[in-house]
Amino acid sequence: MVIWIILLAMTAAAVMAVLWPLSRHHAIERQADPDTQFYREQIAEIERDQARGVLLASEAEAAKAEAGRRLLRARGLQDDSVAAVGEPALRRRRAASTLALSLIPILALATYEIYGSPHLLSQPPGMQVQRQADRMELQQAVAQIEAHLAKNPQDGRGWEVIAPVYIRMGRIDDAVKAYEAAVRYQPPDADRFANYGEALVLAKDGLISAEAQAAFEQAVRLDRNAAKARFYLARAAVQDGQIDKAKAAYEELLALAPADAPWVGAVRQELAALGATQPEQAEGTAPQIGPEAIAGMVAGLANRLETQGGSAEEWARLIRSYAVLGQRDKATDAARRARAALAQDATALKTIDAMTQELKLTDAQP
Amino acid sequence: MLVEAGHFALALALGLSLIQFVVPLWGARANDPVLMTVAPASALAVFACIAFSFLALTSAYLNSDFSVLNVVQNSHSAKPLVYKISGVWGNHEGSMLLWVLILALFGGVVALARNSIPMRLQANTLAVQAAVTIAFLLFILTTSNPFTRVVPAPLEGQDLNPLLQDPGLAIHPPLLYIGYVGFSISFAFACAALIDGRIDAVWARIVRPWTLGAWAFLTLGIAMGSYWAYYELGWGGWWFWDPVENASLMPWLAGTALMHSTVVMEKRDALKVWTILLAILTFSLSLLGTFLVRSGVLTSVHSFAVDPERGTFILGILILFIGGSLSLFAWRAPMLRQGGLFAPVSREGALVLNNLFLATACATVFIGTLYPLALEVLTGEKISVGAPFFNFTFLPLIVPLLLLLPLGQTLAWKRGNFLGTAQRLYAVFGLSLLVTVALFAFAYGGPVAAPLGVGLGVYLVLGSLNELVTRSWSKGTPLAVAWRKAKGLPRSTWGTAIAHAGVGLSVIGIAATAWGVEGLGSLKPGERLKAGDYEVRLERVIPRIEANYREDVAVLTVFDSGREIGTLETMKRLYVTRGMPTTEAGILTTGLGQVYASLGEMQADGSIGVRLYYKPLVLLIWIGALVMAAGGALSLTDRRLRIGAPARTKAAPPAAVPAE
Repeated sequence: MVIWIILLAMTAAAVMAVLWPLSRHHAIERQADPDTQFYREQIAEIERDQARGVLLASEAEAAKAEAGRRLLRARGLQDDSVAAVGEPALRRRRAASTLALSLIPILALATYEIYGSPHLLSQPPGMQVQRQADRMELQQAVAQIEAHLAKNPQDGRGWEVIAPVYIRMGRIDDAVKAYEAAVRYQPPDADRFANYGEALVLAKDGLISAEAQAAFEQAVRLDRNAAKARFYLARAAVQDGQIDKAKAAYEELLALAPADAPWVGAVRQELAALGATQPEQAEGTAPQIGPEAIAGMVAGLANRLETQGGSAEEWARLIRSYAVLGQRDKATDAARRARAALAQDATALKTIDAMTQELKLTDAQP
Repeated sequence: MLVEAGHFALALALGLSLIQFVVPLWGARANDPVLMTVAPASALAVFACIAFSFLALTSAYLNSDFSVLNVVQNSHSAKPLVYKISGVWGNHEGSMLLWVLILALFGGVVALARNSIPMRLQANTLAVQAAVTIAFLLFILTTSNPFTRVVPAPLEGQDLNPLLQDPGLAIHPPLLYIGYVGFSISFAFACAALIDGRIDAVWARIVRPWTLGAWAFLTLGIAMGSYWAYYELGWGGWWFWDPVENASLMPWLAGTALMHSTVVMEKRDALKVWTILLAILTFSLSLLGTFLVRSGVLTSVHSFAVDPERGTFILGILILFIGGSLSLFAWRAPMLRQGGLFAPVSREGALVLNNLFLATACATVFIGTLYPLALEVLTGEKISVGAPFFNFTFLPLIVPLLLLLPLGQTLAWKRGNFLGTAQRLYAVFGLSLLVTVALFAFAYGGPVAAPLGVGLGVYLVLGSLNELVTRSWSKGTPLAVAWRKAKGLPRSTWGTAIAHAGVGLSVIGIAATAWGVEGLGSLKPGERLKAGDYEVRLERVIPRIEANYREDVAVLTVFDSGREIGTLETMKRLYVTRGMPTTEAGILTTGLGQVYASLGEMQADGSIGVRLYYKPLVLLIWIGALVMAAGGALSLTDRRLRIGAPARTKAAPPAAVPAE
């Protein structure tokens, strides 16, 4: 509420800035004509220069003659028909005021309505400070743990503590290294392997690499009910094109799930994306980007690459997108097209080969 | 709260700009002074709104408010304070906001100069300027909004691109933008003159400080960018004919031409239509530069196609303003009254020649920059146009221009005497020739271009000094009198001489790069590497950890012909958040030359690659640019009226005291 009052006050001030000069029509002073003024000053300057001896008399004469001619012309052009009074002027002022009164608020509010986020204003001001304090603490903690780990690199517990923090800070590659060390220096544990696998997936933008898959399989071997690992293994099946296997895995996961498990929504979403009939709607879990939207973006990319060409990285992205969506035949097809389009470029072909190998697109191997 | 208010202020500025565009134009047409006074009032209000908006964004950066997407993407809470501030314009959205902030600031200054600008000219100018503001505000709000929020806010930001975390690049964009946007004022004045159909010496007097100021800032901005590329990219080069650099060089060349033609217009009321055209072209090239840098078209034509929204928008702005102003020009220019006449051999004639050379040089840069892009769009073939092209096209245009420079500066207005002028430069010719020959003898067997180039630079510096000397001293005058006379010379004369001497200094620095030497080697601690007379010894490599990066520092001891002259440190840094490595060159300045070392790869056997250069006189390149800008600034402080007294036919003797 407070913010709207502030915004309205700002609008009012802006409108006033325009209305104020429009209301001051009596105070308009006749501006001394700057044109004739200029030439008069120029002539005076010539005389000063002549007196100082910078200009010769003959030069000063010539310059003065020129300036004089221009002064005469400027005077001839002077326009005395200033229209500040009378009925038409009044009407003009009214129209301009109406314009300012309507245009400024409407345009500003409409624009802000589209692009602004006034609902985010209600954050208590103290929160900023609190967050900053949290951040400082976190940084100090990270620095301390890092220093400790530098001295004791075999402390698996320490690596395990810092890994999720790295993920929150966006340092995914560091998180992968930390989990690697955590797994290496500690007794095998299902959750640890699953987390390690998840970090690997994050590092590859959602692609489940062979390394990640091995980690998840290890986790399931240690604990058959490791939900996170099984979830990712099901996704890996989608990625490899084994849709039926994936569906079965997801359904099994749902059957195992305790009623209040937080990941049930995510599983249902995945199932929906595979086109399975859903027994009931998941509640309160709105997908951030719908599968249709993703499919649309991929189709757009495919279309553009088809018609206008593109770099090896873009083709690789297309292939990977198809694989992540579980459309292996399309991925294979895209790889074939990419090879045709990039035939002259050896390094580009290498990128495509690496991608097909990673995705195990056997049909698409050259 | 502040962020949202800042966002709203930007939306308000859009509404106010629309008023600033419509009402004054109407007022000027109806000759209604009340409507015309809306122009300065709304210009000031627009400035207030945009300034508030900019401050709101800056405060979001200072407080590391990660609920703002722009802050998340370009800041980090552990970043030093300076880079939190410079992060505001170290990204696309923020830099566009800075762009309109400067635009609005200049609009505000024009609004405050009430008594020196004729009212109609001011109203029309501010209206044209509002049109530019509207276009860029729409661009920011719809495609590059810096105030977009993220929910939930992430805990930490992604840090600013490490290459930009550098003092040089912290101030480079503001300098460059003041230059670019300053030309928008010249452009707005040109369009206003066309709308009103009146143009005269008064116009030139008003526009001159804007052009001069914009030019000085652009000079500084380009020099700063070039010095940054020199020490940060680690290749030791100072100009790469890279499209981004060319994008700033083109408006600079056109602006230099504009600055000179404005002088002719102010003093002699000539070259009016050409000056107007140049003002339009200069700003068009600024817009083109913005398009090239900001649309992503340079990375690849395809990356532009991936996210075409921004690029198409700027392209639209480009077409609207260039097309619109050129149509206006085609329609109104024939109605403008042509001004003073002059003989071909005269100061005016020399300045026309200057303009022709600069415009052609600008055209070659234009072709070299845009041809590869056009080719890529049409055929998909990628070519790169680099130094060889520019050496063959740009240099042959610039060298004759520089040779003529001292001559033109000495010629009289309206009618000049070529022989008489040449006579006054005998001493300058002779001395420069002597320097060239001496250098040839001294550096026998070295590169041929270097002594010639240095000779040219010396000729320029001496030519500029000669101008001051001949104006205040002739044979038999006591030195004290001459000094008093020199001090009495207008500051614009001093400014001209200093700026031209600056050109000479830069030319010397550029020519001397041909004498540079380099060495390349893989060193272990204790080992040495030679480049010419200079030698370095690797002392040690130490790791260091800072708030947002870690680095390996190599400490090198530098020897000149076996004598120790100092140490330098060169680093390889890794910025942890982005995982991005950078190199920091180590530089030891000796006189005007520099010993420059940068690190390569760490080898398996513990040795490290080191690249070592010695660059004689290299500092002169940038000192020259500073001197040029200082000359411009000095000339800017001269608010006296400028008079180009015409020389009478046969009246003035050849050695007469020249007119100012």
